Amino acid sequence: MDARAGDVVVCRVDGALGTDGSTPMALDYFTAMGGAKVSDPRRIVFALDHYAPAPSRATAALHQRMREFAKQHQILLWEVGEGIGHQLIVESGRALPGGLVVGADSHAVTYGALNCFGTGIGSSDLAAILISGEIWLRVPESIRVTLTGRLPQSVYPKDIALELARRLGASGANYQSIEFCGDGAASLDLEDRLVLSNLSVEMGAKAGLFRADERTFEYLRGRTEARFEPAAPDGDAVYSRDIEIVLDELSPRVALPHQVDRVQPASDTGAVPVQMVYLGTCTGGRARDFHQARDILKAAGGVAAGVQLVVTPASREVLETIARDGTLADFIAMGAVIGTPGCGSCCGTCGAIPGDGVNVISTANRNFKGRMGNGSAFIYLASPATCAASAARGRITDAREILP
Amino acid sequence: MEGRARVLGDDINTDYIITSRRKRESLDPQVLRQYIFEELDAGFAATVQSGDLIVAGHNFGCGSAMEVAVTALAGAGIRAVLARSFARTYYRNAVNNGLWPIVCDTRGIREGDRLRIETGCVRNLSNAQTIAIDPLPDVMREIIEAGGLAPYFRQYGGFRIGRPA
Repeated sequence: MDARAGDVVVCRVDGALGTDGSTPMALDYFTAMGGAKVSDPRRIVFALDHYAPAPSRATAALHQRMREFAKQHQILLWEVGEGIGHQLIVESGRALPGGLVVGADSHAVTYGALNCFGTGIGSSDLAAILISGEIWLRVPESIRVTLTGRLPQSVYPKDIALELARRLGASGANYQSIEFCGDGAASLDLEDRLVLSNLSVEMGAKAGLFRADERTFEYLRGRTEARFEPAAPDGDAVYSRDIEIVLDELSPRVALPHQVDRVQPASDTGAVPVQMVYLGTCTGGRARDFHQARDILKAAGGVAAGVQLVVTPASREVLETIARDGTLADFIAMGAVIGTPGCGSCCGTCGAIPGDGVNVISTANRNFKGRMGNGSAFIYLASPATCAASAARGRITDAREILP
Repeated sequence: MEGRARVLGDDINTDYIITSRRKRESLDPQVLRQYIFEELDAGFAATVQSGDLIVAGHNFGCGSAMEVAVTALAGAGIRAVLARSFARTYYRNAVNNGLWPIVCDTRGIREGDRLRIETGCVRNLSNAQTIAIDPLPDVMREIIEAGGLAPYFRQYGGFRIGRPA
């Protein structure tokens, strides 16, 4: 299809995800639209991830309704405990280079790491897709983010993403796509790219796309047999804005309450005590995140007194990996609370909720007031390493203080 | 359309419009309307009258794509949100539910001003200012005028746009 920025086009989607946070409402729209049949059930997946496990009778009823609809229409449903829908889309090889996969959840932008145009939609959009397989989209302008050089020790993709949020602001990429390029982007492996694509929506972006390369193909090997055609920018592509980030010059970053773009170096935060440290979510709940956190905690001698460490793997595959390699046992020995794979505490829909006045440092993507279920708590965002360093010291701590 | 301005700031995210924990217990807009903007001002919802217009700064509706952030406002009788910019998922959801997302320069609007929305402009009857509105693409106008995506689909059976005539 030949389309230019600003055009509105109707597209057939390659895949669509509905979660327990959005699908029940989509089923209401499906009925209101006169829907009877799902046009192509093989392209749809449902994930029970926001209420995992269901914390109430009302949410358990939402799950029952989704299970019944999925069974009736032969839609694949990922059960409670299998993990966060976005992580499962990626792990199961459903987000493919050059594809269009939408999710009724804002963090569908995560699929951009695989060169797949992933974007968030609402419940009504999902209902329209169930019926027609189609969606209307406005073709976005693009912002080019060039990453150069290599990340220093104890500095991670989350720090790049927070630095980008600081520069662009929470609405700096509204209606637009971000394209990550440069030798620094090429040097990041797939799990690292997922972090940057995931956080691109916190700057308002419609998608956060990487080029497909050998690292992409390597990740997909064994996960899919499907053929795909990567997308690349036109030779004469026009960008609305150009941003360069020199990775060698970066240091650990922290986003302060209650905005993701209130970002400063972790070393400048002063002595902020923390009472809860959260490791998990579709941003920071993968195996390598837990490995980085465990290494810091072991080097520092464990979790400080008075700190609750909560660990929530993004998927069962992640949980199995860290169970096999001993990381899970290390966390348990340090007194961590282990959550069910899923969205956990991220948006306060299930999992541990912080108390009044509590400072939380989290590997998540949002720190809005009330986000974790208590408007009287204060949420700081950082990399797994900086979160772990903070857990070890009991105050916000630059990861380099422990592993320089 | 005419109504009273209810003025909010920049970066009003969907959790501020309606918190995720409320939608755990109900998706009914008539229930949710009692809790709109409670993280910002616990008394706000009780002061909302049907026909009020929400007026905000930049990036209204950022954060989660949850559609209850639109239906809870519509349920409270709000028919339009005026903002300097919207987060794209909120904009989509507004269109799909027949709530007008109006992009305009809201800086001169004060709490309680009487606003009248006309084709191409907003008239502030309280200070006699006229504010230009960015026009809405045809497809979005069509969906809103149908009353949202559900009535639109019932009427046309699918998308009419983007196809050869």
